[in-house]
Amino acid sequence: MITKVTHMCVYVLNQDSAYDFYVNKLGFKVHTDAPMGEGARWLTVTPPEQPELEITLFLVAEGGMFDKETVKTMTELIKKGTFGAAVLTCNDLLATYEELKEKGVIFKKAPTKEFYGYEALFMDDSGNWFSLSQMN
Amino acid sequence: MEQYEKMYLYKRIVQAKLFIDNHYAENIDLSNIADEAYFSKFHFIRLFKDIYGKTPHHYLTQVRIDNAKLLLTKDIPVADVSFTVGFDSPTSFTAVFKRITGTTPSAFQKQQQIMRSAIDANPLNVIPNCFAETHGWTKNSNF
Repeated sequence: MITKVTHMCVYVLNQDSAYDFYVNKLGFKVHTDAPMGEGARWLTVTPPEQPELEITLFLVAEGGMFDKETVKTMTELIKKGTFGAAVLTCNDLLATYEELKEKGVIFKKAPTKEFYGYEALFMDDSGNWFSLSQMN
Repeated sequence: MEQYEKMYLYKRIVQAKLFIDNHYAENIDLSNIADEAYFSKFHFIRLFKDIYGKTPHHYLTQVRIDNAKLLLTKDIPVADVSFTVGFDSPTSFTAVFKRITGTTPSAFQKQQQIMRSAIDANPLNVIPNCFAETHGWTKNSNF
């Protein structure tokens, strides 16, 4: 029986910039930040109130499963905003929206009323988009 | 119109929250923040709590403790951390830290050092194998 999600993966184009975005702008906590040799880095963050869910900020770079062509394709797709990474939730969408805008986060869609609550869409520093929601 | 008024209120409360985020290490007088936000202190505290789930004072304390944890992880001495994040003394810092986290700053620091040593000794112990293989990281890799 599957019980929980413990790790999920967001493909990023620069881990230093992703660290700044997820930690300093979104307020996520660093779970593990370990150098893995030859410039590689294992970097995971957790949502502020969900310390058991590690989000791996996975660098799109040559090596392992990524060859040069895959890196090029992935980079183009991520920059283009192809990938929706997750739905995030908050207690107060309008306040969170104002705060993130103040911190320079780019929104694709301002808050709108939906049947389940409110929703806005923002992009991370690589181009992945997230839904930010407040449920009824 | 009501929506615009609401947004205006939100902006002022968000500014107050960001002020705490940016100035937590200073001797912040929360009455001054309420004044700057053009609220009565009571009204300010109520709105802040509605939005963030805790009073400005509790939020300030939480931000100080969160930042203290980061500094403790970097092996900075407890006394230095206490002043750096805005506490008057290591004694009051230790008491508040223990009340919020359930452990003392020095015990937390020790625990972090042990965890970090374990990761440094073998990073693969904390990485799911599927991810490690994806990167080409194996037990014989030189980290």
